[in-house]
Amino acid sequence: MIELTVNGTKRQVDVVPEMPLLWVLRDELGITSPKYGCGVAQCGACTVQIDGKAVRSCQSHIGEVAGKSVVTMEGLGNKDQHPVVQAWIEHQVPQCGYCQTGQIIQAISLLELIPKPTDDDINVVMSGNLCRCGTYPRIRAAIHAAAAKIAGK
Amino acid sequence: MRDAQDLSRRAFIVGTAAVAGGIAFGSYGYAEQAAKPASNPLAAGLGPDSVTFNPWIEISPERITLIAQHADIGQGVGSVQPIMIAEEMDLDPGQFEIRFAGPSPAYFNTGFADELAPFMAADQSPAAEEARAAVLENLRQSGLQMTGGSSTVPDTYEKLRAAGAAARETLKAAAAKRSGVPVADIRTQSGHVILPDGTRIPYVQLSAEAAKIPPVLDVKLRDPSKWRMLGKPMTRLDVRSKAMGELKFGIDMKMDGMLFAAVKLNPAKGQPLKSYNATKAQSMPGVKKILEINNGVAVIATNSWYAMKAVEAIDCQWAPSAYPAEQADHWKVLGASFKPEFLGKEWRKIGNVDAALKGGKLVQAEYRAPYVAHQPLEPLNGIAIVSDAGMEIWVSHQSPQAVQQVAATAIGLKPEQVTFHNQWAGGSFGHRLEFENVRVLAEIANQMRGTPIKLVFSREEDFLQDIPRQISIGRYKGSVDKGKIVAADLKLAATAPLKGLLERMGSPSKDPDAQLAAGLWNVYYDIPNFRATSYEAQGLSPCTTWRSVGASTAGFFTESFIDELIHAAGLDPMKARIAMCAVPTYRKVLETVAEMSNWKGPLGKGRGRGVAFVESFGTPTAEVVEVTATDIGIRIDKVWVAVDVGKVVDPVNFENQVQGGVIWGLGHAINCELTYAKGAVQQTNFNHHEAMRIYQCPVIEVRGLENDPKVRGVGEPPVPPAAPALANAIFAATGKRIREMPFNKFIDFV
Repeated sequence: MIELTVNGTKRQVDVVPEMPLLWVLRDELGITSPKYGCGVAQCGACTVQIDGKAVRSCQSHIGEVAGKSVVTMEGLGNKDQHPVVQAWIEHQVPQCGYCQTGQIIQAISLLELIPKPTDDDINVVMSGNLCRCGTYPRIRAAIHAAAAKIAGK
Repeated sequence: MRDAQDLSRRAFIVGTAAVAGGIAFGSYGYAEQAAKPASNPLAAGLGPDSVTFNPWIEISPERITLIAQHADIGQGVGSVQPIMIAEEMDLDPGQFEIRFAGPSPAYFNTGFADELAPFMAADQSPAAEEARAAVLENLRQSGLQMTGGSSTVPDTYEKLRAAGAAARETLKAAAAKRSGVPVADIRTQSGHVILPDGTRIPYVQLSAEAAKIPPVLDVKLRDPSKWRMLGKPMTRLDVRSKAMGELKFGIDMKMDGMLFAAVKLNPAKGQPLKSYNATKAQSMPGVKKILEINNGVAVIATNSWYAMKAVEAIDCQWAPSAYPAEQADHWKVLGASFKPEFLGKEWRKIGNVDAALKGGKLVQAEYRAPYVAHQPLEPLNGIAIVSDAGMEIWVSHQSPQAVQQVAATAIGLKPEQVTFHNQWAGGSFGHRLEFENVRVLAEIANQMRGTPIKLVFSREEDFLQDIPRQISIGRYKGSVDKGKIVAADLKLAATAPLKGLLERMGSPSKDPDAQLAAGLWNVYYDIPNFRATSYEAQGLSPCTTWRSVGASTAGFFTESFIDELIHAAGLDPMKARIAMCAVPTYRKVLETVAEMSNWKGPLGKGRGRGVAFVESFGTPTAEVVEVTATDIGIRIDKVWVAVDVGKVVDPVNFENQVQGGVIWGLGHAINCELTYAKGAVQQTNFNHHEAMRIYQCPVIEVRGLENDPKVRGVGEPPVPPAAPALANAIFAATGKRIREMPFNKFIDFV
């Protein structure tokens, strides 16, 4: 049994330690906001927070996540009021939406690191998150808007 | 049929005037036809005290359900289609639920009529309209329900509003009967019928009574000036649940007692498995069963990852490919296809091309476009359960009836024994018109009868089985004389995408593949001697429709070549296009993009702008791309886009779709190709087939025009002009002509 905290709740899973966190979340725990896109850290759709840091859950073996705290979109506190989520809705970022939870978790991490990111900062931090629909102009606008919201609080 | 392809400027103008008053088919007649109980698929499943007026609306005492007739693959079907109903029905967002349509001929796609009739989109002459009406009748009879061809809005713009109006008027009639108040004194607002004394009756409370009266069919559509939602910025209904991470895609579905499957299929597409050794996989964690299927092996396990890991460990011997094993031979076969025996069709011939090519200055060029993958970010997947009664399948797909057909054929059922539930899709771009996951899932579930099976393709498997975009070569000749383009002779050889798809759907076509002509023959410049000919290569990789289909490759060739001719004639690329454009509404699109970009000719050293104009799926689209040649490569700075769709029904999503289309077109042109080695594609993840990431994404300014007399779609048309506009900009900045995709084989990008 491997024990970890997911969205504030202690969970136990009986899987091999090499199993990626992504698949533990999706198939063993039924938490589906982290998406499978590539399995090799090329798309960012599986991004979650581990101990507060944005990571690719397809590359995190569950054995290494034991005892740590994982947060997905499902566990984001006050999600409705979260400035990044709000900005995403106001700017109508999603098209198909499949990559967007990964984009949002990555953007939250960016804004914690750099509260007022430049376009270049956004390029550096967000380029690992692929969007096949091409929502990049709106992702950029939403990040700037979220930064302004957070600064204005 | 008169030589309808020989379009003169006069024919365009006359044709446009002739239909300016309305659209070619009658929505009211359609509403009447669709309301017949036998043709309404909702009638069968209706609960007590519930009513359905037509195939798009169901009202029970508890809820109002609106049917989205197309698949939602990210283009916004699940929002704009219900809103078109709600607009006329006086419903507000939040007052109704949405369900995707099941398979039924009631949902046949009227939007394909224009694309399938052999007339150029701008030709709205009586002969063209007659041909389109005939195609429409064929579509009605075949009942083909399909999402594609940028038809979300064109297919449903009239019929969904008519459906909503019919529901509204019937609910009013029911309220009139109950209250004794004349219908004329009753109005509707926000899901309620309102009586003259102010009494508000919720629609849901009228369902039982509405079911007992004949539906009102004599309805008039509201003038767009009266619209509450359509045409104005509105929030897509799915935006919130997607931003909250709450929306369930097909891959997120689960069922009690479900097991997970992963597959390894012959990468030589369509060929069988010879033998396999699964000794190692047998004892791997979570493995429940190993199955042999038609063209590969499947592992059934307790989760997807165990299944994928185990299937990787199976050693398979494959039958060799039916197409050349090596990419170089694909190009050789394609290059040798410009011969009479491979002739698709001479789509258009004006003047005397051969004679005109002998005068003036000859310009010749060869263009190439490779196989490309679709690869939406949600890989192919599905859940199915097979019992003695039949099969039930949950999968996102653009062709519901074809899913039934393919699944049934795979396991010896009748199509009507397959129950299909469409799912929200994490993108498609044409991928979810194909069937590999459906066929394989049917085979697996059939071997696992009684157990729900969830199949997820690994990204690698998805790449390997992705039936690509057509590979294409253009051999173009033209001549310029005294500062004018006097001749263009456009010959193109490619694999046939639409024919391949139709064959796999079980309805093969002997006609020349019209999609190979898209972007090749529908050229609206006044060139006195013009010929467009397609050749269909045989024996190469199967191919299928990829966002914007034929125009994605031919549009690149044609608009690059027009640019070369303009350059040879010593003209300005924008001014020359505007001067040559024979269709007034299309000329306006070019003039608009010129104005938006403040086009004033060359920008100076190391910077350049390119323009391209392509009509695809009836939608004229012009784009200007601006680039800078930096020390580390080409940087795309800005793109301006003008598109005429006749009516912009959802302005925010319109802009989003256009920007996405431009990014799709640019990204794949820059760095994507699929190449075959030993019969398998070599690119199996996004690091080898990347397209655009945010750091390369330019600012994209969009303007929608509403001059076209018909309502057009916008999911695909922004794609084709992107690649030629970029190539033309690179030429302007560097003097280097890039005639083959992907461009990064010839020049570096930032």
